[in-house]
Amino acid sequence: MPKQIVYKHKLATRWFHWLNFPLLAIMIWSGLLIYWANDIYEIRIFGITIFKFFPEVIYQWFNAAFRLADGMAWHFAFMWLFTINGGLYVLYTWVSGEWRDLLPNRRSFGEAWQVVLHDLRLRKTKPDQGKYNAAQRVAYSAIIVMGFGSIVTGLAIYKPVQLAWLMWLCGGYETARLLHFALTVGYVLFFGIHIGQVALAGWNNFRAMVAGFEVVDKPAPPPGNSPAERAAKTAAS
Amino acid sequence: MTNNDDVQKISRRKTLKAFASFFALLGGGAAGLQWLASQPLDGGIRGGIPQPLRQALDQNEKIFRPLYSPEHLVQEYPKSAAAAEPRVNGDVGLDEATFDAATWQLNVLKKNGNQVSFSLADLKKLPKVEVVHNFKCIEGWSQISWWGGARLADFLAHYGLHEEAQMNHLGLMTPDEGYYVGIDMPSALHPQTLLCYELNGQPLPPAHGYPLRLIIPVKYGVKSLKRIGTMYFDNERLPDYWTERGYDYYIGL
Repeated sequence: MPKQIVYKHKLATRWFHWLNFPLLAIMIWSGLLIYWANDIYEIRIFGITIFKFFPEVIYQWFNAAFRLADGMAWHFAFMWLFTINGGLYVLYTWVSGEWRDLLPNRRSFGEAWQVVLHDLRLRKTKPDQGKYNAAQRVAYSAIIVMGFGSIVTGLAIYKPVQLAWLMWLCGGYETARLLHFALTVGYVLFFGIHIGQVALAGWNNFRAMVAGFEVVDKPAPPPGNSPAERAAKTAAS
Repeated sequence: MTNNDDVQKISRRKTLKAFASFFALLGGGAAGLQWLASQPLDGGIRGGIPQPLRQALDQNEKIFRPLYSPEHLVQEYPKSAAAAEPRVNGDVGLDEATFDAATWQLNVLKKNGNQVSFSLADLKKLPKVEVVHNFKCIEGWSQISWWGGARLADFLAHYGLHEEAQMNHLGLMTPDEGYYVGIDMPSALHPQTLLCYELNGQPLPPAHGYPLRLIIPVKYGVKSLKRIGTMYFDNERLPDYWTERGYDYYIGL
């Protein structure tokens, strides 16, 4: 089968993506150091604690105990880089027109479900897709909305008096903190699924996120138009 | 076939190049973070965290300080919403063994080097202001609490500390000198900043800083020093217990 090189991800997209990864990781890690100082959240069903954020072993793993000052210093320095990188990504995606591949359209939400069923091996066929499938469109757009949410709720907790209107918009000080935390849990879940999907999609797909291109089968030329067929036609006449 | 060999050759070359750059950048980034984490800690008044991060915190102050306005009041609540027994979170600076309530007075070091002293009665001569606000701890918890006392701004104005109020920073220290804070003057002069002698309408309990403490709702609780012994002023930042331990000096909410 003839192969060809197809360019998939622009250099800018790859830079934004791979800068965001360590920046978000630092924000989550420093956020954990901050959260440790008042770790009140848990999942409770009928009064029974199902999961406490976080079990001691997690704090030990990240050496998070008694490091509130450290956490705040890193968090409030790297928030700028995280915000700037995210902002430039959105600006780039908008100006370059790449949003057309990324934003969910009318069909995406229904189709995303079909993609999930397919990926769970519950459905044989997959809906047609462009650069990104419907589930990817939904996920990669949602993650941007989440990032925006983290910045807004973060600002609300950071300046609850001077930006009191923002705090109010976020449902109050405590609610803003809870939302900020919940969004972070969302990133961790996203990360888990993302890594799993990348592993399943294989090398060609992963390489595209680093090198920008994929090696794919060349589409077959329209029937009756290949050089051999034309030669055969000429010979017959 | 030759075509596919070409594709493979080009692909291999491009892949190698891309991954070499990728790992070089990854290594560079990791080295940069390691460098940052291993930078010397600032000593003394700016201690506790790597110098570049301290500089970032100081830059943040410059960026966000224009948001500050004395007209931005902290939201107030009905007294019924206040906690009956507000949380006690620290006892640094509250050495009861060396403290004598009978001889306590508030000592103010004036700009000219003189010291003036005030009794609790002197403070109670000023209009009593009550603030019921959501007290915010730097640890992340908050609690609605009800405080009463004199406005710090009223105190400075009434007792002729005008020159002092023009300086950039105000400092407070406990009688045992165990705890001390430095505060930028605009925040100290905020209308809800109190020299506070009442909690829930009663005299302050010892654990909340009897006889006089600061309540400054535009800052995290660490700046609301309990049991004020001495008040002083400077145009430079003043010593701050938690800033020396790596926290931001400004921490304006």
